[in-house]
Amino acid sequence: MQGAADHIVLAAFVIIGILFVPLTLTASRLLAPSKPDERKLDTYECGSEPIGPPWVQFRIGYYVYALLFVVFDIETVFLYPWAVAFDHLGLFILVEMVIFIAILAAGLAYAWKEGALRWR
Amino acid sequence: MTQTSTSDVTPDTAETQPTGTEPTETVMETVVNIGPSHPSTHGVCRVVVHLDGEVITHCEPIIGHLHRGIEKMAENRTYLQVVPLTDRLDYVGSMYANWAYCRAVERLAGIRVPERAEYIRVIVCELQRIASHMMGIGSTGADTGAFTAFMYTFAQREKVVELFELLCGARLTYNYVRPGGVSRDLPDGWVEQCRAFTAQHPSAMLEIDDLLLGNVIARARLKGVGVLTQVDAVAWGTSGPIARGSGVDWDLRRDDPYSVYPRFDFSVPLGDNGDSYDRARVRVWECVESCRIINQALDQLEPGSVQAEGLPRLLAPRPGDAYDHIESARGSLGVYLVSDGSPRLYRMKVRSPAFCNLAVLPLLAKGHTLSDLVVILGSLDPVFGEVDR
Amino acid sequence: MTLLWGFLWGVASVATIAGGAILGVWWERKVSARIQMRYGPQQIGPYGSLQMIADVPKLLFKEDIVPDLADKAVFKLAPLFVFGPVATSMVVIPFAAGWAPVDMSVGILFFLAVPSIEVIAILLSAWASHNTLSTIGGLRATAQMISYEIPRSLAVLSVVLLAGSLRPLDVLSAWQWWWAPLTFVGFVIYFIASIAEMNRGPFDIPEADSELVAGYFADYSGMRWASFMMAEYGSMIAASLFGAVVFFGGGWPLSGAAGVVLLVIKTVLIMTAVMWVKWTFPRPRQDQLMSFCWKVLTPLALLQLVIVGAVLPWL
Repeated sequence: MQGAADHIVLAAFVIIGILFVPLTLTASRLLAPSKPDERKLDTYECGSEPIGPPWVQFRIGYYVYALLFVVFDIETVFLYPWAVAFDHLGLFILVEMVIFIAILAAGLAYAWKEGALRWR
Repeated sequence: MTQTSTSDVTPDTAETQPTGTEPTETVMETVVNIGPSHPSTHGVCRVVVHLDGEVITHCEPIIGHLHRGIEKMAENRTYLQVVPLTDRLDYVGSMYANWAYCRAVERLAGIRVPERAEYIRVIVCELQRIASHMMGIGSTGADTGAFTAFMYTFAQREKVVELFELLCGARLTYNYVRPGGVSRDLPDGWVEQCRAFTAQHPSAMLEIDDLLLGNVIARARLKGVGVLTQVDAVAWGTSGPIARGSGVDWDLRRDDPYSVYPRFDFSVPLGDNGDSYDRARVRVWECVESCRIINQALDQLEPGSVQAEGLPRLLAPRPGDAYDHIESARGSLGVYLVSDGSPRLYRMKVRSPAFCNLAVLPLLAKGHTLSDLVVILGSLDPVFGEVDR
Repeated sequence: MTLLWGFLWGVASVATIAGGAILGVWWERKVSARIQMRYGPQQIGPYGSLQMIADVPKLLFKEDIVPDLADKAVFKLAPLFVFGPVATSMVVIPFAAGWAPVDMSVGILFFLAVPSIEVIAILLSAWASHNTLSTIGGLRATAQMISYEIPRSLAVLSVVLLAGSLRPLDVLSAWQWWWAPLTFVGFVIYFIASIAEMNRGPFDIPEADSELVAGYFADYSGMRWASFMMAEYGSMIAASLFGAVVFFGGGWPLSGAAGVVLLVIKTVLIMTAVMWVKWTFPRPRQDQLMSFCWKVLTPLALLQLVIVGAVLPWL
């Protein structure tokens, strides 16, 4: 980041990116008809009356992936500074990093073997 | 409204406890409607699916959304007036219902059909098989998200439909096969156009086979999904590509020969595993076999009359009943007729292959995911005009 | 002054994405039509190019329906945060040497991280819809989008390793032609993971039209629905642009205005490849997609990284 100017540009981007949708929605509100009725405001479930609420305890078969994600996301975050500073660190750190990757790869292999990657 | 049942681990305690505070074993079962207004129910079927996570614990097709009472409507009409009604049974394969009904009428009234008419019937029905299977194979693609394959099969189907349009002016409901023959003779140049199609179709079929069923993702989606064992296929009364995909070697064209089929040389493709892939594969090869039959029929086609001579305007068969069945694109399509001697039909009953084939859906879908359900339903290729009648 | 400059940039960028999304829709219609032996739009304007002019008012005139049972506040808010992150991520992409809207020292990390906020918006919209199909779609989207972030980041990391900097401008100026073959596997991983990140076919499992009808945005209509579509096309444009910059050197070998034109051409080529893939392949199942990510892409991306790391000291 070079200075305050860039921060302002970034802030402007964020604001406009978020404001863009309300702007179009306002335009739509002015232009579009609004004639709600009971059937129209029904939840869509292929034309049938929905059976039961969807807000229930739901068995998420892939929550294990979320755990794996946390591990590997941290790994990636660790790898980024290493990649940037690669020139100054030399071979020793490279070997260390390979070992680090190997340990994580072993972790992945273990999760794989234990069936964590098998869905549900 | 709140018909959420729980999995059968602790059925009693779960009902008294509010959502969210339950022990982890009693994950709420989600119930979701697939259809009637859904892109992959191939018409207006509603499947009530009970899900545990994304895995189907139970599903039930609820039919009747397209019930028009065709069998009852037929009771108030003359024998000829029923033919357009049969068009509306299996609207992807109208020629079959026409033919099955006409065969039953001919048996009831003892009508002899001229040979040329029989050949024309075989030709149009084999073309119809191609058109229908193109729809079935294409929708396998559409169900798995390969919409391009759907467009390719429909390009082939379009060629068949154009041939039918030349024949009788209609593209979907043909009303072409009539008691005693067919409504009119082949127009000039039709035979050549048909030959051009059968010459080109097998190579197009190979291309589609390669594009869709050769694809590694499609194989992963179709293989091993919705396995119907040979025993179940027979026990549940399935027929057509569904039974043959499970290795049941049964084809009425060969095993209960009718019309001029014994004069043709063709083979009946069979599947090994009875999964969705085999059912799709059987359809692909049946299309190629149909081209062989059409070519032979065109070679043997002799000039002559296409309507039985001396047929009265108003048919009034002697009191009695008759049943006849043919092999439609979906399986054994049977029509049972009862006459009371009047010019109006007394009773019609249709044995619909799509209805019997659909019945195995809960059996096949159990234990698979929601994504597999649409693939399985598509591989059964039901047409709801025929299921609901 | 800088504030004005910032807002002008912001407006220009959002207009680019919105316009690009509209043009992208037209281009996709044409490409998919050609793949499927059709003509595509051809009535409005030459080659149907003005079709988009007709499409936008149509969406504006659509009624905005909020289902009765939905969590209305969340339902209405969610689309805002679907489009915002995508538009924001564009801010760091350099269009030519020394010329990016915002010159950020951690720009690459910013580009990879910010669009991930979309996951939360998608999950919110799915849950707020009070719809079983949406809920399933939202959960699928979450699993898919967070999983594919890993191989995507690791693939980009190879280039970061070569450039030794997270600043996109540095990457662009340091870019050498032989990086492309060396990181080609990385590009393929990035390409596949990006398709999964933007929920596009064949990885459109969360919105699978033939299964979940539209998944997490099944109950949305009009402009709210359009914001999901714009986010999808926006992320396609952003990912293609970023891919062209990072893996194919932006405007290389040209520079200046010609370089920008070449960058746009490269971006359109990558976008066309994304469409080509969508209109060719069937959709895998959720479990197949996840195992592909964890059993194929992630190890492959790690391998790519190790190879680049091993090659680098000798260059």
